[in-house]
Amino acid sequence: MNSFSTANPSTLKKHDLLSLAVLALILLVALPLLLDIFRLNLVGKYLSYAFVAVGLVLCWGMGGILSLGQGVFFGLGGYGMAMFLKLEASTPEATAIQSTPGIPDFMDWNQLTELPAFWVPFQSFPLTLAAIVVVPGLFAALIGYAMFSRRVSGVYFAIITQAIAAILTVLVIGQQGVTGGVNGITDLRTLLGWDIRTDFARYVFYYVNGVLLLGALVGALYLQRSRLGRLLTAIRVSEDRVRFSGYSVAHLKTFVFCIAAVLSSIGGALFTLQVGFMSPTLIGIVPSIEMVIFCAVGGRLSVFGAVYGTLLVSGLKMSLSESFPELWLFGLGAVFIAVVMFLPYGLAGVYRGLSERLSARFLAGRVSGSAAARIADPS
Amino acid sequence: MFADYSWSELGSIFAMQGFAGLILFSVFVLMALGLAIIFGQMGVINMAHGEFMILGAYVTWLTSNLFADHLPGLFGGFFFVAMIAAFLAAALLGALVEWLSIRHLYHRPLDTLLATWGLSLLLQQTYRSVFGAREVGVDLPGWMLGSVALTDIVEIPINGLLVMALTTVITIGVYLLMYRSSIGLRTRAVVQNRSMAGAVGIDTGRVDRLTFAIGCGIAGVAGSAFTMIGSTGPTAGQAYIVDTFLIVVFGGTASLLGTIASAFTISQAQSTLEFFLSGSMAKVLTLVTVVLILMIRPQGLFATKLRR
Amino acid sequence: MSVSTNTACVLAIEGLTVSFDGFRAVDELNLYLDEREIHVIIGPNGAGKTTVLDLICGKTQASAGSIRFRNRELRRLKEHHIVRAGVGRKFQNPSIYDELTVFENLELSFPRGRTVLGSLFFKRDAAVLDRVQEIAAAVFLDELLHSEASLLSHGQKQWLEIGMLLIQDPQLLMLDEPVAGMSVAERVKTAELLNRITADRSVLVVEHDMGFVEDIADRVTVLHQGRKLAEGSMASVQADPRVIDVYLGH
Repeated sequence: MNSFSTANPSTLKKHDLLSLAVLALILLVALPLLLDIFRLNLVGKYLSYAFVAVGLVLCWGMGGILSLGQGVFFGLGGYGMAMFLKLEASTPEATAIQSTPGIPDFMDWNQLTELPAFWVPFQSFPLTLAAIVVVPGLFAALIGYAMFSRRVSGVYFAIITQAIAAILTVLVIGQQGVTGGVNGITDLRTLLGWDIRTDFARYVFYYVNGVLLLGALVGALYLQRSRLGRLLTAIRVSEDRVRFSGYSVAHLKTFVFCIAAVLSSIGGALFTLQVGFMSPTLIGIVPSIEMVIFCAVGGRLSVFGAVYGTLLVSGLKMSLSESFPELWLFGLGAVFIAVVMFLPYGLAGVYRGLSERLSARFLAGRVSGSAAARIADPS
Repeated sequence: MFADYSWSELGSIFAMQGFAGLILFSVFVLMALGLAIIFGQMGVINMAHGEFMILGAYVTWLTSNLFADHLPGLFGGFFFVAMIAAFLAAALLGALVEWLSIRHLYHRPLDTLLATWGLSLLLQQTYRSVFGAREVGVDLPGWMLGSVALTDIVEIPINGLLVMALTTVITIGVYLLMYRSSIGLRTRAVVQNRSMAGAVGIDTGRVDRLTFAIGCGIAGVAGSAFTMIGSTGPTAGQAYIVDTFLIVVFGGTASLLGTIASAFTISQAQSTLEFFLSGSMAKVLTLVTVVLILMIRPQGLFATKLRR
Repeated sequence: MSVSTNTACVLAIEGLTVSFDGFRAVDELNLYLDEREIHVIIGPNGAGKTTVLDLICGKTQASAGSIRFRNRELRRLKEHHIVRAGVGRKFQNPSIYDELTVFENLELSFPRGRTVLGSLFFKRDAAVLDRVQEIAAAVFLDELLHSEASLLSHGQKQWLEIGMLLIQDPQLLMLDEPVAGMSVAERVKTAELLNRITADRSVLVVEHDMGFVEDIADRVTVLHQGRKLAEGSMASVQADPRVIDVYLGH
């Protein structure tokens, strides 16, 4: 029997659709019913981080490209949205008491008298949306290709992405006149005239976030099941062989790195909308690695693992760091070490191992002996 | 920017900033040496390296208090004792960490990076719990404060000279250890061909542990030096880790000389620029230049030509 | 020994030189390969044999000389373009995708959808399936299509890699020690395989096993210290006193 039918393997498998349905049920139905708006808003914040974790599944879990600077892209999207919202809140009428009305308050405090050139495009919503997708993508393409075409990878690549996160943090904090400095961009009020601070707005953004995340998951799953997904695994396992089979490895790596960057950027923009501000504490080394932790704990090869991992770790952080602040950091460090050492495929790996064994035992009773033996035999 | 000064003034400025940056340079060299040994020789990325440095700094602080309280007469020489204690403490912790965790991860370099990051979180929290969240400062004995005047403009701080001398000694020591001793020979054998080295009877596990411990120990000594330029706090090590990595990678991981040259270039560039620009822009400019150069020449600026 | 003219032969290497820090690994090498010829390179260790293959497929950059494949200069091309031009290279250590199955290994080498977008929208149609089956059968792995590649024996991994090259249908196939680590039975099968597949292409082989070389070679080149020591049929090379001195032994 030829078990490889012509059915296109890129088609999402049945269990993918099932997992999507379960997640959609949890995110879009169960949680809004069970949680009050305050907590739901928190979940929404975590879901914006989940975009980064999903991107990391693609570039790190599958492709072996560890980026310790995804906060940079998260920040590019977040700041882009924040700039638009800030400009909207800084109309001449609203800022009449400033020395220079019509510009954001922090610029006024820093004695700026006009809007810096790079802020101007963010007066338009379509341009802002475009920038959120294009700017991180371009940046990732530039630095990605520069490094991948020179065979910079692995640890070196990770260090350089970390350096870039550090550079951006220092830059943003240092140039407080044009970026809001260490406080970030705050006091955001309306989106296209519509107040973003009301409960209703928070519900809407939560659903928008949830739906977009599910959409991103569909795309990520398609990529995973496609030839490109298998190529990423192949690159991680034997990069030379991929190159000598006629593929441009640099192009493939750059592509997946850009996807991860754009996903992170979208997450950042959704963060700004739901939380109402953006600051440099979300773009540097520490948040970047935290998002890697989400992905590692959830399961670096599973996009669903990434989402659940993000929710779990963030939720734990919220509940523990308030009651047991000392214990929390200790616990986080220890959990991270343990996961990396003993559970390299995260919770998703554990889940998969369990479900495979359960289904083997379940099916063994219903299928003929030889088939059961084949399924039960792990090799 | 530079146009406002005459040539001789510029020369003096560079020299003065250069000497002011002596301690920073020494800290960088020691940190980078330790990391280069660990990474360059073993391929292990130690994200907790900054925390080993801070351990050395805390040990120095403890030693200083110990002498001040119980041996005031010998306070003038406490620093030398502190250095040795810092080395030992960091080295012991390094050996423990290697045995518990790192040795299981040698074939997974990216995972070592992440595991050691977890370790850095653990250590930061430990310092916070044991030593408190506030920063502590180390008092230096009288003879170490003050400076020596070279010309009427240029003055060199004494503690800077001391640390420089110390760094030179340690660097030479590391060179002798790595390239002239039997331990160094065995380490290099293990790095170049692990299975062969094991086959001829070299205890590769021991060699790895020793190498990692020495690398961490040197970071501990860097911590002693660090107490002279900054206050010691649980998170103080974080500021140096990115710079240290860049220095190691920039210098090319193959040669100690490259590491030193790289540390010199980067620390001097930063301190010199600090005179003309604000502190943050100086750092940004230095880092951006280094990253750009690394993107164009990934093997580092000072690496010897590789077989390609 | 006649030298083929530039346009008639498949591969024309002239004056090829590469030095690493002053050491000349390959020194002014001239080599010509005809259509459908199996050409074997032999020589002592360190003679530069693998380096020659590295230079042709682009893994190493030459310092001087020219490599013309069907009159196309390969030195200027990137590795994956050299592959797409029709050159396939098998490495000394089996270079396959351990974590994937035999089927997936072969499928990934199928020469369609080799760009980013192409690979994103690649469809596994009947043509692909048939071809994978065909190649798997040719390299004795059709019973093991579902198996993970890491579970194959060393010899089977070598066959898989040959299969991954075959499926690309290269016009120049380069094999680096294809029977290293194989049992006698496996060597016999591999010789038979190679004789079969060279009906349609030229093959350049680096080998140490003289018995195997005798079985398959049309012509042999002996390298020593990066330079060509002798060239000709296996018989003439085996009788050459210089070769006996340096390599084959008395």
